[in-house]
Amino acid sequence: MNSSDTTSAELALDRPSYLHDGYGWKSWLLTKDHKRIAILYLISITVFFAIGGIFAMLIRLELLTPEGDLVQAATYNRLFTMHGVIMVFLFLVPSIPATLGNFLVPLMIGAKDLAFPRINLISWYIYVLAGIFILWALIHGGVDTGWTFYTPFSTHYSNGYVVSTALGVFIAGFSSILTGLNFVVTIHRMRAPGMTWFRLPLFIWSHYATSLIMILGTPVIAVTLMMVAVERALNLGLFDPRLGGDPILFQHLFWFYSHPAVYIMVLPGMGVISELIAAFTRKRVFGYTVVAFSSMGIAVLGFLVWGHHLFVTGESVYAATVFSLLSMLVAVPSAIKVFNWTATLYEGSVSYETPMLYALGFIGLFTIGGLTGVMIATLGIDLHLHDTYFIIAHFHYVMVGGTIMAYMGGLHYWWPKMTGKLYPVFASRLSALLIFVGFNLTFFPQFILGYLGMPRRYWEYPPEFQVWNVLSTAGASVLGVGYLLPLCYFLYSLFYGKQAGANPWGAKGLEWATTSPPPTFNFDYPVVVDEEAYEYAPDARAVARQEAHSA
Amino acid sequence: MRSLPFFPEEATAAAREVDLMFGAWLGISLFFTALIAVLIVVFMVRFRRRHPDEVGKSEEMGPWLEIIWSAVPLFIMLAMFFWGARLFFVQHQAPPGAVEYWATGKQWMWKFEHPNGAREINHLHLPLGQTVKLTMTSEDVIHSFGVPAFRLKQDVNPGAYTRVWFQPNRVGTYHLFCDQYCGAEHSRMVGSIVVMSAEDYAAWLAGGPVGGQSPVAVGAQLFQSLACYTCHEMGPGWMARGPSLQGVYGHQVPLAGGSSVLADEAYLRESILLPAAKVVKGWQPIMPTYQGQVSEEQLIDLIAYLKSLGSAPAMGTGAVNPPGTSSPMEGGPAGSMPASPSAPPAGGPRSK
Repeated sequence: MNSSDTTSAELALDRPSYLHDGYGWKSWLLTKDHKRIAILYLISITVFFAIGGIFAMLIRLELLTPEGDLVQAATYNRLFTMHGVIMVFLFLVPSIPATLGNFLVPLMIGAKDLAFPRINLISWYIYVLAGIFILWALIHGGVDTGWTFYTPFSTHYSNGYVVSTALGVFIAGFSSILTGLNFVVTIHRMRAPGMTWFRLPLFIWSHYATSLIMILGTPVIAVTLMMVAVERALNLGLFDPRLGGDPILFQHLFWFYSHPAVYIMVLPGMGVISELIAAFTRKRVFGYTVVAFSSMGIAVLGFLVWGHHLFVTGESVYAATVFSLLSMLVAVPSAIKVFNWTATLYEGSVSYETPMLYALGFIGLFTIGGLTGVMIATLGIDLHLHDTYFIIAHFHYVMVGGTIMAYMGGLHYWWPKMTGKLYPVFASRLSALLIFVGFNLTFFPQFILGYLGMPRRYWEYPPEFQVWNVLSTAGASVLGVGYLLPLCYFLYSLFYGKQAGANPWGAKGLEWATTSPPPTFNFDYPVVVDEEAYEYAPDARAVARQEAHSA
Repeated sequence: MRSLPFFPEEATAAAREVDLMFGAWLGISLFFTALIAVLIVVFMVRFRRRHPDEVGKSEEMGPWLEIIWSAVPLFIMLAMFFWGARLFFVQHQAPPGAVEYWATGKQWMWKFEHPNGAREINHLHLPLGQTVKLTMTSEDVIHSFGVPAFRLKQDVNPGAYTRVWFQPNRVGTYHLFCDQYCGAEHSRMVGSIVVMSAEDYAAWLAGGPVGGQSPVAVGAQLFQSLACYTCHEMGPGWMARGPSLQGVYGHQVPLAGGSSVLADEAYLRESILLPAAKVVKGWQPIMPTYQGQVSEEQLIDLIAYLKSLGSAPAMGTGAVNPPGTSSPMEGGPAGSMPASPSAPPAGGPRSK
C-alpha cells in the first residue's frame, strides 16, 4: 500500500484513513485503533483457519479408504484433535466478534473506538499467546484427546501434550472475556446521541448477547481445563473413580461452557445475516424487535441445555427429559429468525450481490443444521445417533454452513469499508457457489453415514461405508478451492481493486456514512442519530399518520 | 461398486420405532426446508431489484405471522419430544424377566460373560427373541456400547455400572462399535452381535468357549478366597465384624449418620472398593479396601453372587446383628431375583 491509494474523499478532507495513519510494524503492533486490531485478528485467525483446514483435508484423505493407510492411528487422532481445538478456540469463537465485531461495533453505534482500546490490544496479544501454546503442543507431537478432553482419558491415559494445549485454551478464554467485556461496556456507554437501544442494528444486539455468554461462560471452561491440568500433574482424583472422583463430572462442566459456546459462534453470524438481508433487500428486517429479543433468548436458554450432550452417559432419565425439552425450546428463537429473514425478502428490493448469495446460503444450511439439531435433541433418536457422523454433519452445518458462511458474507459485505477497495464480482460469486456446493457434498453424505451408524473419530471403518466417505472427501476438495479463491481475490483487490467509495451497496447504517476506509476516529463530524435502523423507506404507518394529520 | 446403503438393518422392535420417529422428523424437515427454499426463490425473482435506486417497501404486518411461526414449530417439537421421551423411558427400564449378561470394556476390546459363565471377546452370541439385560463397566476410560441395528447406545464408564436392554428379533450378525473415543485403537474396538436361533445358541453354548462356571459360582468362590466370609459370614455362631449380606441387594440400608442408601450394584461395588465411603449403621469402618485386588470381572462375579443371596431369607440370627442394633434386613427376599434362570441356586460353598 502506498499513499497514492488514498481516496479522493480523504484528500479533500486532508486527513489519512486508518490504514494510512502511521506505517511500519510499530504502528500496527502497538495500535489502539479498533479497526487495526480487527485487521490483526483477521490475519491471525486466517492463519489458524488455514492450519485447521489442512488438518481437515488430511482427515478426509485418510477416510477415502476403509483401511487406515495414509497416516497411523495415533497421527489420525492428533489430526482430528488439533483440527477441533484450532477451529473451535482459535477460529470460530473469535472469528466474527474479533474481526467484524471489533471493526464495526464502534462504527455502527457512532463511537470513535471501543470503551477500552488498550484492553482490546491486550486481548489480541493474549490470543496470540494462546495460539503459541497450542502450536507449541502441536509441533512437539500434538494431543490425542479430541477437542472435548474427556476424562479419565485426558487425565490418566493420554500421552499427548494435554497440559500445554489446555493452557492454550485457558489463555484464549481470557481474550474472549476481555473482548466481551469491552463490547458490553461500549454498547452501554458509547452510543451516539439518538442511538437508542431499539435503533441499534441487529448486528449489535447479537454481539451484545454473545458478549454476555463470553463473560459468563468462559470462566467455567477455564476452571474445568485447570482441573484437568491439575489432575494430570498432581493426581488429585477429581475425575478418577479409583479415588472417589467422577469422570462424568468433567462432561457436565465442559458442556456447561461448550454448549453456550456454540451460541458464541453462531449468534454473531445471525447478526451479520440480519445486516446483509436488510442491505440487499433495502428494507427493515421483518420483526426487528422479535429478532433482537430472540438473540437474548438464545443467550439465556443456551445455558440450560448442556445435558443433551450426556444423554447416553447414564445421566438420570429425568434430567435427560428436562434437557431434551429445553433443547427444543432453544430452537424456537432460531426458527423465528429464519422465518423473519425469509419474510424480509417479501416486497423487498432484492439484489444478488455476493454477500447476499452467502446470506441466502446461510439460511438454507442453517435451517438444515437447526432441524437436524432438534432431531438429535429427541431422546429416542439420540440413542441411535449420538457420537456418530450424524452429529459431525449436524454441527458442521451449524458451524461451517452457518458461522463461516456468515463470516464470509460479512467479509464480502464490509471488505470495501475495511480496505476501500472492490473485489472482482464474478470470482466472488463463483466462490459463494463453490462453497455452497462443496459444503453440501462434504457434509450431507455424513448424515447418511451417521444414520448407518458410523461412529465419529474412527480411523478405520467397515467397507460398506466407503461410497459416502468418497463423496464427502470429493466435496471437501471443492470446499477447499472455494475457500482459497477469496484469499486470492481479496489480496488482488488490495493492489488492483477499484475504489469502493463510501457506500458501494447503497446501504443504511452509520458505518456507510463515513469514508472507506474510515478515518482513525471513525467520523469527521459529531454523529447524531434521528432515524430507526434500516429506514430505507419511511414507515408506512408513519406516512399514513402524517397524511391523516395534514388532511 | 456396492449398492448404496441408506438405512441400517433393523433387528429389534425398538429399532423400528426409532426409524418411524426419524421418518416423521425427516418429513417435517423436508417440508420446512422446501418451504423456506421455495419462498426464498420466489421472493428473489418476484421482488428482484429493477432499478439501482429502488428500495423495499416497509410494511408492518402485525404480530400474528410471528405468533404462527413460533407456535407451529413449538407444537411440532413438543409432540416429537413426548414421543422421543416415551421411547427413551422404555429403553431405559428393562422389562421383568430379562436375562442378565455382563460386559467389560477395556482399551481396546469388549469382554462378555454369559449367564452360564461362557466368556467371549468382542463378539456376543445371543438367542433370538430373548430379552437381554446387559450390565457394563470399564476397566480404564469411557467406552460406549453401540449397536446400530438395535438403534441403541450406552456409555460404559469406569467405576460405575450402566445398563442397556434389547430383544433381538432377527437372526444375523450386526456391528458392535465403541462410540466413545477411547484412545489410539478406538476404531478397532469393534465386534459383532451374533443373533442365533434358540437351538443354534444352545448348540453354540455346548460346543463353544465354555467358561465353566456361572458368575454366581465364581463369585461364591471369591467370597471365600478373598476371606469376605470372615467378617460377613451368615452362619450361626460366628462373631460377625460386618453386616450380613443375606438379601441386602435391592433394599435400603441404614447408614451411620442416619441416612440410608439403596443397595444396588453401584453401592455394592463402592463398598468393596471404597469401604469407608458409606458405612452401615452400627458397624465400625474397619473393612480394608479391595481396590487393585479384584479385577472388574471378579467384581461382576462377586456382585452376581451377592445378588443371588437375595433369594435366601434373611436370618435373624444373633450373629448377624451386633449388640444394640435392630435387624437391618427388613422386607426379606421380595424384589430380588436370581441373576439368571440358568444360574445355579443361590448360596455358594460354605466354609462349614
